[in-house]
Amino acid sequence: MQLSREALLQAYRQMKTIRMFEDRLHDEIALGEIAGFTHLYAGQEACAVGVCEHLDAQDFIISTHRGHGHCIAKGCDVVDMMKEIYGSSEGLCKGKSGSMHIADVTRGMLGANGIVGAGAPIAVGAGITAKGTGNVSIAFSGDGACNQGTTFEAMNMAVVLKLPVIFVFENNHYSEHTGESYAVGAESMTVRAAAFGMKAIKANGIDFFSVYEGMREVIDYCKAGNGPASIELDTERFFGHFEGDPQRYRGKGELDRLREERDCLKVFRTKVTEAKLLEGADLDRLDDEVTALIDRAVAESKTATRPTADHVLEDVYISY
Amino acid sequence: MKMIRDVIRDTIDEEMARDDSVIMLGEDIVGGMGSPGGPEAIGGIWGTSGGLWAKYGSDRVIDTPISESAIIGAAAGASLTGKRAIAEIMFADFIGVCMDQIWNQVAKFRYMFGGKTKCPIVIRMPYGAGYNAAPQHSQSIHAMVTAMPGLKVVMPSTAADTKGLLAQAIRDDDPVIFLEHKALYGVKGEVPDGDYLIPFGHARQVTQGDDVTILATGMMVGFAEKAAAQLAQDGIGCDLLDLRTTSPLDEEAILDSVERTGRLLIVDESPPRCSFATDLSALVAQKAFSSLRAPIEMITGPHSPVPFARELETAYLPSPEKIVAAAVKAMSYRRG
Ligand SMILES: Cc1ncc(C[n+]2csc(CCOP(=O)(O)OP(=O)(O)O)c2C)c(N)n1
Ligand SMILES: [Mg+2]
Repeated sequence: MQLSREALLQAYRQMKTIRMFEDRLHDEIALGEIAGFTHLYAGQEACAVGVCEHLDAQDFIISTHRGHGHCIAKGCDVVDMMKEIYGSSEGLCKGKSGSMHIADVTRGMLGANGIVGAGAPIAVGAGITAKGTGNVSIAFSGDGACNQGTTFEAMNMAVVLKLPVIFVFENNHYSEHTGESYAVGAESMTVRAAAFGMKAIKANGIDFFSVYEGMREVIDYCKAGNGPASIELDTERFFGHFEGDPQRYRGKGELDRLREERDCLKVFRTKVTEAKLLEGADLDRLDDEVTALIDRAVAESKTATRPTADHVLEDVYISY
Repeated sequence: MKMIRDVIRDTIDEEMARDDSVIMLGEDIVGGMGSPGGPEAIGGIWGTSGGLWAKYGSDRVIDTPISESAIIGAAAGASLTGKRAIAEIMFADFIGVCMDQIWNQVAKFRYMFGGKTKCPIVIRMPYGAGYNAAPQHSQSIHAMVTAMPGLKVVMPSTAADTKGLLAQAIRDDDPVIFLEHKALYGVKGEVPDGDYLIPFGHARQVTQGDDVTILATGMMVGFAEKAAAQLAQDGIGCDLLDLRTTSPLDEEAILDSVERTGRLLIVDESPPRCSFATDLSALVAQKAFSSLRAPIEMITGPHSPVPFARELETAYLPSPEKIVAAAVKAMSYRRG
């Protein structure tokens, strides 16, 4: 299947936006301007974008603690996201959520989530809503989250109810500091998902095209009314588990090697320019566009309105 | 002088050395299992278990997948069958994931089984706000577990108490919920050498005074201490009690103090409804009613989740200033 020039540019724009958003946050956090725990998504962009480029606002996704990439890929406003992470009352969640709970339900983005494994069951519920509408519900989980009982229950229930739910397992080979080979007892997440009775495939999570093709396959399967499916994406995380993580669990030179050999943005650029689908200059133009967007997001966030004490009791619907 | 996080590790170490049946389970408590950096690359995200795996091995220091239900269930099963398990739930907020194992299993075994069994499990949970960690990583859950018959609940605030209470918890034959305030891990204090146990149900007198009784636990003790120092300058004497355990509760110390001062401030880092603060208020209203010279003041979080933004979290939390204001209010109360 051939993607249009517009579709290719859009995919690159989205991946680059995520990368620059995360790279910039990494720098800003080092300056001490941003509070709380922040888990960066850099390295995994091809996953979020390869999945979400198939979706529209009526499809649902639910994310994880590492949620910025999923939010951007699903169309959340980048400036409002940044303001949220800065804790402004102009933020997407009015400064209540910070990095870990960004949501925009109007865009089908049911939230980043601080509880590992909480997403998959909620995606099943969104799958109940989506059933029969031609839309799908996507649960993003990591290689760590795949070990939660909640994830198992959700997979089984989605099969039993024949729901259009897709379990996307982003295998970045670590849950916090623990290697995937230690914590995942099965041979793979795919083998495990298949054992629940769903279609389960793998794709290359550093190659946008591989993710995109794989997703096409499982989405078609779900939309045909066959029930849920799963896709396991082999990918990499470029920063620590959270910002401030000394990453002593990494191998020597591991990060340099990953950034050199397994960078999904480099892979994309090489593929599209070698196949003459896009020019390097097209991509450079997008780089400039995205740089300007992120600069604006940060600048606006730094001067955005701060919340005040009376906001604490807003939106609890019953106050005392 | 030792940091509280080191006191926790050292106390577990001492108890594991003392008793072969003590085991430990939790996520990333070894840190680095299955990674290129290898086991103990990190040693637990809180630094409360470094070096234990190297010393005691994988059969006793058990690094688990992300599976809170199975962690508590496994710790419970091991404790029912001869082990003394110390389970770590990385953030107290994750109690939601394993609530059944705690509430319906661990807490009820001894009673349901006709008193013929014991379940010597310790469930350690870092809790509390102050890190801008947002609604799912900042909560204080002591009210919930204190309300459950069959659990003992411990909330140390100093390095010495951490040692004495944790050793006691590990040697206790019943389930203990051991709540460690995240913001106190780096706090240093003197710690007694050797065997040191603090029996449960005994409050610690932090300051003495005749005007106002202040009850606090965990991080709130330090806040109350600051407030008491300021109030002392203004001539208001505070009787500050660090309750140390919420179940069992040192009712006697509380009532004795209120009978002397006639005024009660309760400082509690969680929302106000059906809370530890309301529980203490009820106790005093029932058993020391005639001693009260002013309404009981509760300095608590509001009825909301813990918000993310710095300004919001600060507004959420009790503070020394809020405690001082409440004390002044209690002192100025006149019966109408
Ligand atoms: C219920 C629960 N348990 C533990 C944690 C702490 N925690 C946060 S992220 C994480 C690792 C998750 O690993 P994975 O699912 O592979 O996602 P990744 O971080 O690699 O994106 C852990 C253990 C949590 N937030 N929630
Ligand atoms: Mg992972």
